[in-house]
Amino acid sequence: MSTADITAEHHDEHHDHGPAKGLSRWLFTTNHKDIGSMYLWFSLAMFLVGGCMALVIRAELFQPGLQLVEPGFFNQMTTMHGLIMVFGAVMPAFVGLANWMVPMMIGAPDMALPRMNNWSFWILPFAFGMLLLTLFMDGGAPNFGWTFYAPLSTTYAPDSVTFFIFAVHMMGISSIMGAINIVATILNMRAPGMTLMKMPLFVWTWLITAYLLIAVMPVLAGVVTMMLMDIHFGTSFFDAAGGGDPVLFQHVFWFFGHPEVYIMILPAFGIVSAIIPTFARKQLFGYASMVYATASIAFLSFIVWAHHMFTVGMPLAGELFFMFATMLIAVPTGVKVFNWIATMWRGSMTFETPMLFALAFVILFTIGGLSGLMLAIAPADFQYHDTYFVVAHFHYVLVPGAIFSIMAAVYYWLPKWTGHQLNESAGKFHFWMSFIGVNITFFPMHFIGLAGMPRRIPDYALQFADFNAVASVGAFIFGLSQLIFVWNVIQNIRSGKPAEAKCWEGAEGLEWEVPSPAPYHTFTTPPQLEGAK
Amino acid sequence: MSLAANTKKLVARLVLGTVLMFGFGFAMVPIYNVFCEITGLNGKITRTGEAEGPLVVDQDRTIKVRFISVFNEEMPWEFDPMQKVYRVNPGQMQQTAFLAKNPTANNMVAQAIPSVSPSEAAQYLQKVNCFCFDRQPLDAGASAEMPMVFFIDPEIPEHLDSITLSYTLFDITDQQQLVEAKKDNNDKRSTL
Repeated sequence: MSTADITAEHHDEHHDHGPAKGLSRWLFTTNHKDIGSMYLWFSLAMFLVGGCMALVIRAELFQPGLQLVEPGFFNQMTTMHGLIMVFGAVMPAFVGLANWMVPMMIGAPDMALPRMNNWSFWILPFAFGMLLLTLFMDGGAPNFGWTFYAPLSTTYAPDSVTFFIFAVHMMGISSIMGAINIVATILNMRAPGMTLMKMPLFVWTWLITAYLLIAVMPVLAGVVTMMLMDIHFGTSFFDAAGGGDPVLFQHVFWFFGHPEVYIMILPAFGIVSAIIPTFARKQLFGYASMVYATASIAFLSFIVWAHHMFTVGMPLAGELFFMFATMLIAVPTGVKVFNWIATMWRGSMTFETPMLFALAFVILFTIGGLSGLMLAIAPADFQYHDTYFVVAHFHYVLVPGAIFSIMAAVYYWLPKWTGHQLNESAGKFHFWMSFIGVNITFFPMHFIGLAGMPRRIPDYALQFADFNAVASVGAFIFGLSQLIFVWNVIQNIRSGKPAEAKCWEGAEGLEWEVPSPAPYHTFTTPPQLEGAK
Repeated sequence: MSLAANTKKLVARLVLGTVLMFGFGFAMVPIYNVFCEITGLNGKITRTGEAEGPLVVDQDRTIKVRFISVFNEEMPWEFDPMQKVYRVNPGQMQQTAFLAKNPTANNMVAQAIPSVSPSEAAQYLQKVNCFCFDRQPLDAGASAEMPMVFFIDPEIPEHLDSITLSYTLFDITDQQQLVEAKKDNNDKRSTL
């Protein structure tokens, strides 16, 4: 079907099925694009809130000694920053992108379960509202770190921990419903001819991510339920006095926690696999190997959790098993990095904003992956454990990893959403400020970590002062440069040169066959794909 | 099959998967305990009670058994092993005791939680009797001698020649009162 046909068709429909007016449009919407937009706005709000908390942390750490905040409040900041960024910023952003793009990429009219889709979004503001309100409660917000190890989070927790537990329950329910919806959409709603091995990689990575979510979010719900029972109902899951075991908490938590880190990075792999071929003007190298690599990473993520706990006193056999299993993950990940580079090899590359973010992703995520390999070495981990080296590692995979991929995705698909061409100079300014800021912030953390600075402390020895000051300067550069992003997105929604349906020359996929901005309803009749019977 | 029916079936399966994984989270508790019992991973002693057969004392080896006591944060009791180090032959029954005193003005209940280091040794240590099997109430100002009887399995590997047995004492007075209050409530309810 040609683009013109689709345009005409959609203009006809547009008169009958436009969005409702006013607030009720957003409250009662079942439209995947509306819900996707709400997820993305919510994620942006949480990103800014969590970012402000990070700036409180970095401001306090600018100099040794205690200047700005009490140590207790500092602990609340590190805890809430982690929880909000993981569950409030990164995960909803990916779900929002899935909502917007998956139906359009597979030629479906909407998500498979549109009403549940509305529900799974609207739980989130309440969950995070509750979590944020704990900051104003007696005893303060959760202060036990985002990993909430028992007994810190049970016996010694502030009273607000109960609200934290319910917030985790709610965001878990939201994620599980979102994941069920995505699986049902991908498996049941594909246009005729869209076989599994023809799906764009973003769809593939999300399908696998959704299965990971269904497998591990219930375990997270289980572990917080056990905490709830220990705190209020006199059980002793994690209380040694009653025959429980605090180490058990770590096992159950990381059984969730390790797949969780892949939940936050697999969709990013999909995004980068969409962007690099577009701007290299070549097909993705090794499509099938990308799919199998993603599936292998997902499988391996279930058998490596104890590498977070090398120092709890595991037997040697356990240390060795988890060490080698962890290192094995480098193989499929290496396949992916190789494929991205091979895609660019001898391509006609151009460097628009989405491509810059995607390239930075490949380079900086690989740095984060390599420090991960260093941490996987069990004997060396005893030195690195709970130091800033760990902080540097996971921020390298999450900030220039997950967050950069989300920004790349937003810049890549924004013309499709708003119908306006990108402001490239603002986008590039944002990119370079972010790129420089991220590296100034997190690279020195490798050094202070190796030198022995522990994480989650408000004060530190004088020897760490210089690199901490540098990191704090970088954090403010990175943080403030996000305002350029916000300004750029809002400007793009309001005005700009009209974008064509296929606004990137080398782009491929069904989403580029609908006009820009994408009509409220797309693919109400399935598109005809080549090779469909 | 229609699209809606297909979706319904798929969603039912996915919901079932969610419920099963929630159950699996809880199942990890017994799985972990069984795993630790088999491997002796967490230094918990699982062998209790009388010896199964007549003990053969291995006179050629002596193993140093050290006792230490630890207090959980604000536990105010005095609690010390009668003798800190024993040299025992594998298979030899040994009796010892811990001396406990409650110096406070309140009646209290304590629970001792043992842990063996190295954890590999846990599976070769058998406690015939131990004060840690029960809750230990002590009235205000009272003191008591808390006995334990143990032996070491002669099959203990050669490289283990020193074992440390640590007891952490927890104050469980509050929990104990909670349990008793609940029991009272239940009793009242059943008489109604």
